[in-house]
Amino acid sequence: MISAKKGDWVQVENIVLPAGHRAPQVPEDTQKCDLKMWVKGEALQDAKEDEELEVKTTTGRIVKGRLVEVNSRYVHDYGEFQPELLKIEHQLKEILFGGEK
Amino acid sequence: MAKDMSYEALNARKNEIMKAAMQISYEDFELAGIGFNYEKMMDEVGYSIEEMRKMQLENAVGNTPLLEMRNLTALARKYAPAGKGARILVKDEACNASGSFKARRAAIAVQQAKKLGYKGVIAATSGNYGAAVAAQAAMNGLKCIVVQECYDNDKIGQPEILEKQRICEAYGAEVVQLTVGPELFTTFLGLLEETGYFNASLYTPFGIAGVETLGYELAEQCRQRYGKDPDVVVCTNAGGGNLTGTARGLIKADATKTQVVGASIDLKGLHMASNGDFNKKSCTTGHTGFAIPFVTWPDRSDCPRNAARTLRYMDRYVIVKQGEVFYITQALAVLEGYERGPAGNTSLTAAFVLAQEMNEDEIIIVQETEYTGAGKHTMPQLTFAKQNGVDVLFGDPDNEIPGKTLVFPEDPGMIKAREYDLSKAKKSYIHNCVKNYDMATASEEDINYIMDEIKESREFVLAELKGAGITI
Ligand SMILES: Cc1ncc(COP(=O)(O)O)c(C=O)c1O
Repeated sequence: MISAKKGDWVQVENIVLPAGHRAPQVPEDTQKCDLKMWVKGEALQDAKEDEELEVKTTTGRIVKGRLVEVNSRYVHDYGEFQPELLKIEHQLKEILFGGEK
Repeated sequence: MAKDMSYEALNARKNEIMKAAMQISYEDFELAGIGFNYEKMMDEVGYSIEEMRKMQLENAVGNTPLLEMRNLTALARKYAPAGKGARILVKDEACNASGSFKARRAAIAVQQAKKLGYKGVIAATSGNYGAAVAAQAAMNGLKCIVVQECYDNDKIGQPEILEKQRICEAYGAEVVQLTVGPELFTTFLGLLEETGYFNASLYTPFGIAGVETLGYELAEQCRQRYGKDPDVVVCTNAGGGNLTGTARGLIKADATKTQVVGASIDLKGLHMASNGDFNKKSCTTGHTGFAIPFVTWPDRSDCPRNAARTLRYMDRYVIVKQGEVFYITQALAVLEGYERGPAGNTSLTAAFVLAQEMNEDEIIIVQETEYTGAGKHTMPQLTFAKQNGVDVLFGDPDNEIPGKTLVFPEDPGMIKAREYDLSKAKKSYIHNCVKNYDMATASEEDINYIMDEIKESREFVLAELKGAGITI
């Protein structure tokens, strides 16, 4: 259970369009989903997870939303080692430089 | 009185919002029938090559190196008939501030915003353009908002897009993230109205003219070093600005004999607005899901008229597979010592094959690279593909099924550049004209416009129009 103090850097979530009210050209599987939006900013009030609060973004906009994260982590990385890439490396070197030791 | 910010109300105010956010009088370029005066729009709104080079150089953009791929050329020659195997050169656009050719577009758009006195800029993009606009805004003291289609319904994001979020935030931009869906455009309109910022669209005349310097520079560099123009230039194609701008730059440099080839990754079968398909893509740009709709109907962008119009410039269009692009990305790293992002290597993959058809003394230029980093790299993208149930295997890339398999070629000799029938694309463009403008008749002006739009003969255009029941 996370919570934010006023002044913390937080991420809030909003529903822009609820499921069933999506644009007509949207395919069926997406029609079943809400259109959600996330914005980060400085918390203007204390809040607990899922509670609504206002944030001030870096451009100075005030946005209201449900608290979902505090000091969000960047979760992307270099992934797991992919042996396929090693196989490609060996193959390429063999084709171009094969025989040379 | 507070404005109605509902979805419907915002869309109804689209034209006035756009006008306030760009100050381009698109109506000045409209012709009586279906067309508009493209060259007039580019002349009046754009800048000269010299002006743009100056603006870009002052903002850490341009003069990127043209590199010779000696080992990739040698590899291509192993598979080419005797006497074949053109020299492969790559323009290392990753050297631009923010790491891609998109900086050329952003540099001009941000200078325009500054000149017009806007306090900030907004761009709708999940790609490199976000980083480009954010960096240029930072350099020029403007605020910046980037609107991204980022997550599926479970808040799982493509590693490549998550990296774009990070880099935009690193440059001080606000990133507004959304789940999958074309309604992003309405959120974007709402933000333009709320902030009064400039629409730094990818598709304005500035955005496209900014890429002209790329074509111009590479012609100059090639002449200086090899004493001749490039025989072929390959461009990774998605929304069309990369190819359009480069081709226009080549023409401005008088490199009129150079063949311009578009290349995209095959993502057939994956729906771009589908929540389920969203994270099944292993490449988030340069693919057919984006490219084919834009090729056959450019005026689907966030501008009234799109300045990126590929059928005016493309001499040939080829399709490659995800597994092939990842393979060549690895080859670039281990044979040339350049670690560059996968999507920008779409054109390199095509060039590897096209070089094999060309003579040894000819030159083929891949006009860009993009930066690589956490998330934006073959390793995390393959990790993500496997997590999303995509089978990664070796075999014949022709058997790759986007979203289900990613097939590395068993041998580099199996990499192909599959011909996309341009006359089919041109016919489809004409049918889109008929449908979208509800055409019943075609005037002389309409016919000439279509001929320019698709670089085709009068006979070609008339035959297709008549076939669609249009009175001439
Ligand atoms: C690195 C890179 N190459 C090529 C493209 C394609 O450019 P365009 O959308 O102008 O066709 C993009 C963007 O979509 C890109 O980020």
